[in-house]
Amino acid sequence: MSALELHNLSKSFGGLHVISDVSFKVMEGERRLILGPNGAGKTTLFNLIAGDLAPSRGTISLAGEDVSELPTSRRAARGIGRTFQILTLFGGETVLRNVVLASLGRTSKRWRPLGSLDADQEFRASAMEILRTVMLDHIAEKCVSETSYGERRRLEIAMALAQQPRLLLLDEPLAGLSKEERKGVEGLLNGLPRSLTIIMIEHDMDVALAFADRIALLQNGKLLVDGSRDDVIADPRTKEAYLAE
Amino acid sequence: MKSAVLFFLTAIACILPFLLPGNFYLGIATQILVYGLFAVSVNILAGYGGMVSLGHAGFLGVAAYTYAVTSGTYGFSPWTAVGAALVIGTATAAVFGLIALRTSGLSFLMITLALGQIVWGVAFRYTDLTNGDNGISLGRGTVISSDPLTLYYVCLAVLACVMILLAAFIRSPLGAAVKGVRDQPRRMSTLGYNTWTIRYIAYIVSGFVATVSGILYVQIFQFISPHALSLTVSSEAVLMVIAGGIGTLFGPLFGAGVVVLLKNVASAYTDRWPTLLGCIFLFIIIAMPEGLLPGTRRILAGLASALRKGAPRTASLQQNPRAR
Repeated sequence: MSALELHNLSKSFGGLHVISDVSFKVMEGERRLILGPNGAGKTTLFNLIAGDLAPSRGTISLAGEDVSELPTSRRAARGIGRTFQILTLFGGETVLRNVVLASLGRTSKRWRPLGSLDADQEFRASAMEILRTVMLDHIAEKCVSETSYGERRRLEIAMALAQQPRLLLLDEPLAGLSKEERKGVEGLLNGLPRSLTIIMIEHDMDVALAFADRIALLQNGKLLVDGSRDDVIADPRTKEAYLAE
Repeated sequence: MKSAVLFFLTAIACILPFLLPGNFYLGIATQILVYGLFAVSVNILAGYGGMVSLGHAGFLGVAAYTYAVTSGTYGFSPWTAVGAALVIGTATAAVFGLIALRTSGLSFLMITLALGQIVWGVAFRYTDLTNGDNGISLGRGTVISSDPLTLYYVCLAVLACVMILLAAFIRSPLGAAVKGVRDQPRRMSTLGYNTWTIRYIAYIVSGFVATVSGILYVQIFQFISPHALSLTVSSEAVLMVIAGGIGTLFGPLFGAGVVVLLKNVASAYTDRWPTLLGCIFLFIIIAMPEGLLPGTRRILAGLASALRKGAPRTASLQQNPRAR
């Protein structure tokens, strides 16, 4: 069964066509890589899938349900989690509280106007478990503004995981990381359960190609090549449009 | 330490009427409580919700006018008037929120300003109901109490209840969500939070607190006129919040204290008190941009840290004078 299906998805800003008639399927548990040169429309595609942008045309189906008209929050409730290329964390809060807030978003407890959030042991325990997964449990009580860039990148992933998503969108999770930090995040990504469907935008080809089952190559907002990793790498259009850069 | 300071300030507030020289100063203290509550309502929206409103005096005015008309004009009991004011004031906030929250940032500021001016216009022009610029005066029996001491303690009790509830709200999951939407709205949507609804709830809570302050306002002044709904009053409340410490629980109360004292005490000595108020705000913005309360806390923490660092050095110098 397909976890995500895009059908003739298009997005225009005035006369500028950023995404044009993109269609592809992502199967459950698949690792899909989105490749493309800068300005190809990769992040716009993520914004369309997550609901930050409304499509000009076409449909987005999540596990068979058309979610094209749903707002971001309702798509999140249906299992779409994402990380951002530009970090969007709560800088004034602790690492633990960031993950607690992320966990809270999927429960009805988020509407409670009374009762201390910090005293909720259930949330703290599940947040600590996720922080252990991303190896940040030792800095759980540290303020995010005092953490390193690499730790913040991992916290981005931790927050997305805290939502218990069915489909995880990773927007350049290795951007700006040192070689050592990349290894840590790569290990973390490889350790994620196979049942989780992941779509990733990444420019580090060594990590990205090793990670992907299938690849979709975008150029000027159009889907240029779509197929298995080896087929896409071997395709001359891939070399011309992207790998030759 | 925090609890001790809070206990001390609460104790001072409880015995303050007996320390003040007369009813004039007791009246000023009561005004600080009411304007402090009004500033707290603005702080809920601006400080915790990240939405600065220039029309909040509208809610205070709607509540005060509803009370005055219900109790004064139509002769209902004060408690019925309180109930009516609470319902109509909060309902006004609920309706205005639907309009104002279609926008954000500067547009939100302008829409709230426009909504506030509409309420002011109605109060000014709908003379059959509001008595226009002359306002509505309330006599004995139409307010809960005319005794200054009783009014002081009523206002103190209401303020204390609101502060306790607000402290609990800020620590709650919904309070955390309100602050989260202020800081990272896009992230909050991605995490499954309905950011519009969270902002709307913050707007209504803020409007409700402003409504309560409006009811107290009409109790202490026993008079309401369009001036109470003016842009000046809304702007002063924003200044109180910024001066005291935006996004802090007690900061707006300190800000209200500064503004009310300057308006009432300094104006007795000079007509140029607004200039003095402006100079004090300039000083606060330059010396303590985070506001009086967090700024004082920072300076005291700095002093304590300097003293701690200085103490061992002084001790070692006393033990070994050659160390100089």
